[in-house]
Amino acid sequence: MALVSLQFTVNGRGERVSVPAHRTLLEMLREDLQLTGAKEGCGNGECGACTVVVDGRVVNACLVLAAEVDGKSVLTIEGLKNGERLHPVQQAFVEHSGMQCGFCTPGFVLSAKTLLEANPTPTREEIKEALLGNFCRCSGYTKIVESVEAAARLLAGTPLT
Amino acid sequence: MNAPDKIRVARPSLIGKRLPRVDALEKVTGDARFAADFSLPGQLWLKLLRSPHPHAKILSIDAGRALALPGVKGVVTGKDFNGWKWGWMPRTRDESPLAVDKVRYYGEAVAGVCAVDEETAEEACELIRVEYEELPGVFDAEQAMKDDAPRVHDYAPNNRSGEFHMNYGDVEAGFGEADLVREDRFETGRVITGFLEPPAAVALWDASGITIWASKQSPYFPYRQLASCFNLPLSKVRVIQPFIGGGFGGTKNDSTAGDFCAVLLSKMTGRAVKFVYTMEEVFTTCRRRHNFTIHNKMGMKKDGTITAMQTLAIAEGGAYTAIGPLTLYLSGCLSTLPYKLPNFKHDAYRVFTNHPVGAAMRGHGVTHTRFAAEIQMEMMAEQLGLDPLEVRLKNAIRAPHETVNGVIVKSCGMEEGLKTLRESPAWRARGERRAEAGAIAKGVGISGTSYKGGARQRGHQSCGAVVRLCEDGTVNYLTGATDCGQGSDTVLVQLVAEELGLGLDDVAIRRVDTAVTPCDPGSYGSRVTILAGKAAQNAAREVKTQLAKFAAEMWGVAEERIVFSGGTVYADGHPEMVLPFRKLAQAACYSASGKVILGKGYSEYAPEVYDFDTGFGNPGVNYSFTCQLSEVDVDTETGVVKATEFLIAHDCGRPLHPVNVEAQVQGGAVQGLGQALYEEFRMENGRTLNPDFLDYRMPLVTEAPGMQVVDILTDDPDGPFGAKEASEGSIVSAPPSIVSAIHDATGIWFTSLPVTPEKVAMALRAKKEKNS
Repeated sequence: MALVSLQFTVNGRGERVSVPAHRTLLEMLREDLQLTGAKEGCGNGECGACTVVVDGRVVNACLVLAAEVDGKSVLTIEGLKNGERLHPVQQAFVEHSGMQCGFCTPGFVLSAKTLLEANPTPTREEIKEALLGNFCRCSGYTKIVESVEAAARLLAGTPLT
Repeated sequence: MNAPDKIRVARPSLIGKRLPRVDALEKVTGDARFAADFSLPGQLWLKLLRSPHPHAKILSIDAGRALALPGVKGVVTGKDFNGWKWGWMPRTRDESPLAVDKVRYYGEAVAGVCAVDEETAEEACELIRVEYEELPGVFDAEQAMKDDAPRVHDYAPNNRSGEFHMNYGDVEAGFGEADLVREDRFETGRVITGFLEPPAAVALWDASGITIWASKQSPYFPYRQLASCFNLPLSKVRVIQPFIGGGFGGTKNDSTAGDFCAVLLSKMTGRAVKFVYTMEEVFTTCRRRHNFTIHNKMGMKKDGTITAMQTLAIAEGGAYTAIGPLTLYLSGCLSTLPYKLPNFKHDAYRVFTNHPVGAAMRGHGVTHTRFAAEIQMEMMAEQLGLDPLEVRLKNAIRAPHETVNGVIVKSCGMEEGLKTLRESPAWRARGERRAEAGAIAKGVGISGTSYKGGARQRGHQSCGAVVRLCEDGTVNYLTGATDCGQGSDTVLVQLVAEELGLGLDDVAIRRVDTAVTPCDPGSYGSRVTILAGKAAQNAAREVKTQLAKFAAEMWGVAEERIVFSGGTVYADGHPEMVLPFRKLAQAACYSASGKVILGKGYSEYAPEVYDFDTGFGNPGVNYSFTCQLSEVDVDTETGVVKATEFLIAHDCGRPLHPVNVEAQVQGGAVQGLGQALYEEFRMENGRTLNPDFLDYRMPLVTEAPGMQVVDILTDDPDGPFGAKEASEGSIVSAPPSIVSAIHDATGIWFTSLPVTPEKVAMALRAKKEKNS
């Protein structure tokens, strides 16, 4: 089995791994690096449970080969906190109960964070557009969208309401 | 007996507060570990070989080549389970962990392979030779009932899997009194729960017995099933519940082929065995909601009074019985709510076919018959020139009420819910919006329903709780109940904290570990808040009573004078007698050189008549009421329907955690939206043609409408702090209100779910042709 050697950063930390060439980013994160925050739902890029951020862009880790992140920077849900402090998007999801079972939550949080970096004042429609790749069966989405709106306010320095 | 509560708590209540969930932090940080996130050293991976035929005899299985593949550690087939079968009731145990001599649905598991990694296990599956003799299959319930239909089980002539009959009042007399009698046929779709987390487990067999970390919303089902299958005492079966990625009934209430095979292969190899189903396995082989055909007959007077209803319900059950008898029962026993119905007859049949197994799903049983009854009421109101909302108001029950089949309702917000809809701008403006021109036709529709909370069943049905006081004044709360996302952990912790005058942070929940936590029936039938909640309250009260006794002795006052208040304990009328809760806890725990302060509690039902065979009596503790108004836009050119707004007036007695209640109502409504408009398995000769998220279309964020949830407060006497269920009403109310709104927009009644763009476009074309 052909192995590839990779060097990249995950959550700000340098990693060197050798993995089979066909290993996906999701498998590498979960199996080789024990970062299980990204989940496998469908395995086909349809549900967004495996969403991670590679060089500032959200990807479905189940559709990306591990080899593709060589030299790049990967952010997973585990890397979002600043020490013990939650990222404002996480804080907003906590305050507004933007989760139920929680299986989709890491993906939604990372999609929301990436959106708000690019567009700090999104409309409700823009939020929905940015979350279209993330599936949730529990919530009916309302509280997730409200959490993202609250996160935008929090990032802008307005207190949570 | 649970001890009576004499000790007061005085401080602002936690009940009804918009508090963060107790699991929020773990879930936003990735710390929440689900079954697939667990690994054990040296674990093997399991893959299942599944049948390529919907109906075939298994002539032989040759696993020789698979076993010879390097890395393969073991293979199991159906025979290795020694004829053991499982099912919901003793007389319906018809399902084997793996198919033994016959496969009955496409994708039924026939062998399990474990290997050093997932890929090797998968490769080995392909090397197993199974010789089949294909049999003719049967894929439609009404076809399957015919005498000449292929038989799925030898024991079941006409593929009759089960039946359930109710007959109350006199329906013929009722129809005789009516001014209008209608008979219509309705169909509900082939749908699935749609949880995002596929079933997964890590199983280990060692000298202590079975330990399994498994994605189960009702872990005490597999606890019993594994003990029975492997002939172990229950004390040696340890099911440990991780976080659960959605349940919604069915699959995660039950064991899977993977669970049994992982345990057996662990026994055979001495190593831990792990599996994770693929989403394709979920969509093609897991439990589904039954799809129903309903022939409904209703009688109505000119003034809208319903005089009688008669229902013939045929449920497609798929290949095995599973929990199907309960589905039939639920399809009828709640039909006498939420409207007065003096005469009611219900005949329900469950039929085997060569499809995946029909089982429970959120809104279990009721979704089908309520859909039929709501739409038929609307049709009749239209025919009689009556306002459909006023017809509902006229017939709505008011508490106290006893139905013709002995269901006792002590609190009911149906009337207030309907009035809430009536006063909404959307309802008042209906008709005006319809008149707007263009390709988009706008419509408004309503519906109403009731659902039981605190479901009863036969056998073990009590929830238990243990509250353990730590010497630093914090408590561990041990529960047998499972939060699969609905937020019950938060509500239960809230109840324990409330009883002890503590904060949420002082209570650490200890989730299900069947070796430690008290046995619990499971998270189904909206039973957790009401029954596990009662148990939690009772356990916390025992701790409170023990602490109060200690304080009373220490201070030389009567126990009744002790008050718990916001982390402090004092004796009423004695300002000097006051201690922080943690100091009192420490003093009590250290007294007698180490006192053990442990509270236990359990839930109890009132000793009422409850007859599963006749549908008489209370199927639950209390009953929620849901009234829904839906607004839709119908594109008259493409047939695409978009739900734009939902207004849901919802009586859950009293919301203990209003955020969770809203979230449950919203989530149920959007799941119902999927079943109304989008979701349907397309089947061809037993094969599922759309086993993925792209083709089995569940609602996405852009399809979720605006949602307003209005709480109707009725404070039920039998729920903790007045609470009733809050999780199942809106999945029942969404489809009929949406279909009624589509009718409002188009003038067309759709009686078969889902109402797809094709159906709408074709019906609009047919209407146009008829008119021209």
